[in-house]
Amino acid sequence: MNDKMETTKKKSHIQLVLNGEPAEVAFAPHKTLLEVLREDLGLMGTKHGCELGECGTCTVLVNGRAILSCLMLGLDAEGQEVKTIEGMAEGAQLHPLQETFADTGAAQCGYCTPGFLLVAEELLKKDPNPSRDVIKDALSGNLCRCTGYIKIYEAVELAAARMRGEEAELPRESVYGYE
Amino acid sequence: MARNGNNNGKPLNVVGKPFRKVDARAKCTGQTKFADDIVLPRMLFCKMLRSHLPHALIKSIDISKALALPGVISVITGKDLPNSYGILPVSQDEHALCIDKVRFIGDPVAAVAAIDEDVAFDAMNLIEVEYEPLNTISSIEEAILIDDPVIHEYGDAGNVHKKVSLEFGNVEDGFALADLVREDTFFYEGNTHLPMEQHAAVGNFDPDNKLTLWSSTQTPHYVHRALAKVLELPASHIRVIATPNGGGFGGKSDPFNHEVVVCKLSMLTGRPVKVTLTREEVFYCHRGRHPVLMHVKTGVKKDGAITGMHFQTFLDGGAYGSYGVASTFYTGALQTVTYEVPRYKFQGLRAFTNKPPCGPKRGHGTPQPRFGLEVQIDKIAEQLKLDPAAMRRANLVKPDTVTANYLRIGSMGLGQCLDKIVEGSDWKNKFSGWDQTNRKLPYGKGIGIACSSYICGAGLPIYWNNMPQSGVQLRLDRQGGVCVMCGSTDIGQGSDSILAYIVAEVLGIDPFDIRVITADTDLTPVDLGSYSSRVTLMTGNAAIQAAERARELLVMAVAEKLKVPIENLSLAERRVFDVENPEVGVTFAEAVVLAESKFGTIGTVGSYSPPRSPGRYKGAGVGPSPAYSYSAAIAEVDVDSSTGIVVVERIWIAHDIGKSINPMLVMGQVEGSVYMGLGEILMEEMVYRANRNVVHKFPSLLEYKSPTTMEMCDVRTYLIEDPDPNGPYGAKEVGQGPLLPVPPAVANAVYDAVGVRIDEVPITPEKILKALREKARGREGRYGPTSVPAVEWPEPLRVLTPAEGGDGKEMPRVAVHS
Repeated sequence: MNDKMETTKKKSHIQLVLNGEPAEVAFAPHKTLLEVLREDLGLMGTKHGCELGECGTCTVLVNGRAILSCLMLGLDAEGQEVKTIEGMAEGAQLHPLQETFADTGAAQCGYCTPGFLLVAEELLKKDPNPSRDVIKDALSGNLCRCTGYIKIYEAVELAAARMRGEEAELPRESVYGYE
Repeated sequence: MARNGNNNGKPLNVVGKPFRKVDARAKCTGQTKFADDIVLPRMLFCKMLRSHLPHALIKSIDISKALALPGVISVITGKDLPNSYGILPVSQDEHALCIDKVRFIGDPVAAVAAIDEDVAFDAMNLIEVEYEPLNTISSIEEAILIDDPVIHEYGDAGNVHKKVSLEFGNVEDGFALADLVREDTFFYEGNTHLPMEQHAAVGNFDPDNKLTLWSSTQTPHYVHRALAKVLELPASHIRVIATPNGGGFGGKSDPFNHEVVVCKLSMLTGRPVKVTLTREEVFYCHRGRHPVLMHVKTGVKKDGAITGMHFQTFLDGGAYGSYGVASTFYTGALQTVTYEVPRYKFQGLRAFTNKPPCGPKRGHGTPQPRFGLEVQIDKIAEQLKLDPAAMRRANLVKPDTVTANYLRIGSMGLGQCLDKIVEGSDWKNKFSGWDQTNRKLPYGKGIGIACSSYICGAGLPIYWNNMPQSGVQLRLDRQGGVCVMCGSTDIGQGSDSILAYIVAEVLGIDPFDIRVITADTDLTPVDLGSYSSRVTLMTGNAAIQAAERARELLVMAVAEKLKVPIENLSLAERRVFDVENPEVGVTFAEAVVLAESKFGTIGTVGSYSPPRSPGRYKGAGVGPSPAYSYSAAIAEVDVDSSTGIVVVERIWIAHDIGKSINPMLVMGQVEGSVYMGLGEILMEEMVYRANRNVVHKFPSLLEYKSPTTMEMCDVRTYLIEDPDPNGPYGAKEVGQGPLLPVPPAVANAVYDAVGVRIDEVPITPEKILKALREKARGREGRYGPTSVPAVEWPEPLRVLTPAEGGDGKEMPRVAVHS
């Protein structure tokens, strides 16, 4: 073996279902799912904020459940269904949550947005009509420094209403303030 | 020009409407490319070795073992980057890698470029640095008392970086006229921006021998200048592209060592080099809120009218200058723009300490004095037995006036702000009127009020020049496309969208017809950056000018073609048409073709320079602004007197925005500001271990507490539109101002709830319990500093106020013989 290859450690290989499609990937075995997604699968939509499972920025769905990809080894994704922000829209059709996050300004800098969207998606699957307190509770593991969370709550509520088939808009005071 | 929100009588089609942001779709689909998302072929990864000592001489650095590690391509130290830099011309005190000494834990000493991040990390640990530890300076008091060792060889004395002393009118005369003179001391702990995105940068020295830097920066123009200086490259061979910032809040406004380092490593290796800071390193970059100790002496008449104010501030600046000289002036600049202060004296001191450098965070240097001022106003109202809302309302600065320190006030909607929140919160039925025996809310529940103001852009650029602060370039395509180019940087506030909305308004097209290119020093005209709440006002005015020039070309060409008078033509709904016969017209794309046929390729520019400030004295450069925004807030709190835990239940906030370019985005900025103010008053603090090692106590997101959804309060927002003649369509700022009233409103509400004054930020449960215990023992129910250091201040620079007939210049100093 060429001694220049010493620094290249042997990679592990897994198969998974990624955003609804079969995928396989090889990576250094110590890598987290976050690193594998970003560095080995080229899916840069998943972000990192704290490296220790505190901020929720790296949230992805594994078998439909929101998990922190910085705390999960890539190896543990073998055979699992992983969904990232890139898989949230149906083709060019945005998920209702993506539409309402865009429309309400729930995404300011946008860095925490993928994590919030995926947590909210899981929430609305479980509870199509969550109260404000239930939404706060569900999102309490995700930090946002821009919005004060309020436009995020409103976006989740608006999307939930629309997904229930209601013709909903934001209340006037959310857009223009109170009279 | 479109002023005062009336758009020359034409109804507004875009401005004032809640359009989606132009980048919203990308941000909600994970497609926005942040700096760390950039991957280039053969890219190397950089890690920086940082000092583990707070203050030490560097005796030697041995990089041989690191260089020998397979996979390591280059290792550099301070010798490779000998030129200093810094954001302000007066404090060029940073080196990308420390040369002779380190000044805080986290100061970088060497950098590695390797084939991957793991190898770079391993190599970093193989670098051997021999240090000779020096005594540390860990507080403002130590910096004033100890001048050996000095952290820097420059400054006003020893470890005092800067001393400022200004007096407008004679404050002693003011105190003599007063019915009550109050003196208080306050402390506002430092805190940090904590953007969710860690700083990242990619440098690429390309085949044409030119350098490109992609970086998460709020100020690509200043980074551009710093790179040219440090790397000794012609600025014309450097391109800085600010990637969308994953949050900034002021924390990405300095040129940073890691930006310089990846450029140098790319120049040496001929390969692209990326650095992504860890969260811990972001805490060391800092440049956040200065810890400020304050002494405030204010004289008032029986009705609360201020007769004179003497404000002293002591700033813990950390290890480098950063924006610190400006920050120091800002702690004394804006006291005069809310309530009338006829005589005003300001003394400010910034100390160097062995901590991460402080700089600008949302509200830059003004939330700390605003806290002291608004809490003291509350105490004065109690002593005078006045309603604190009514007392504030009665003593407001008047619009279209000049303050004692020569700040020109334009529109001033604070009175309307106060009226809205007083009514909305039902203040009159909740505030007990200082009568504890006849409370309206039960003990433990309280309500408090505060006001504030903020600049809409600094009157002067950071380096002296006569050029515009903002430039916008438009290119009209013969297919009907419009491209707007501007150096401004979108940090999440929506500055890209503002450009699109304004150009769309003037040209009668849809904002989503427009391509926005920003923050690229090769492609976009200079805008100084996203700081000082300058962007909407300055780029907005530049965009109006560029768009109106383009509109002029279009209507000239269309008028000729349609044979209608120019003044009859209007642009709306992607058409240029005759207002008297709206069916007579051409499409926007046809109008561009006509204009291009007549004039050649259609491109226009616009630029903006702020009006000259009336202040002419030394130090008059900080504080002037084209306009001032105003905010007022009322907080309702629940304080558990057995645990000291404060729950802020609701905040009513009114903000004088002038005119909303997009109300949805304005609401988002107000809510985000309330959130950040809430974090500052309740929990956020940059604190260090007190054993003189000056180790940051908790440089992680787990232990640096910031509000989650569980702590965030309910917010009732009111937008007051009092258009300012200097704002685009009358618009003023909203990104920073609404943070300012929140900390003092909460502190005043805590007092109303349980009767103790916490004169120190943050208000933690421990401080409340201590103050409650003091009160129970019959002592003053207060927690906070009791004194400020004795300082020899320079003789103040004296300026006659406008009311005294002053001309804005300082008075000649009387010769002093020693």
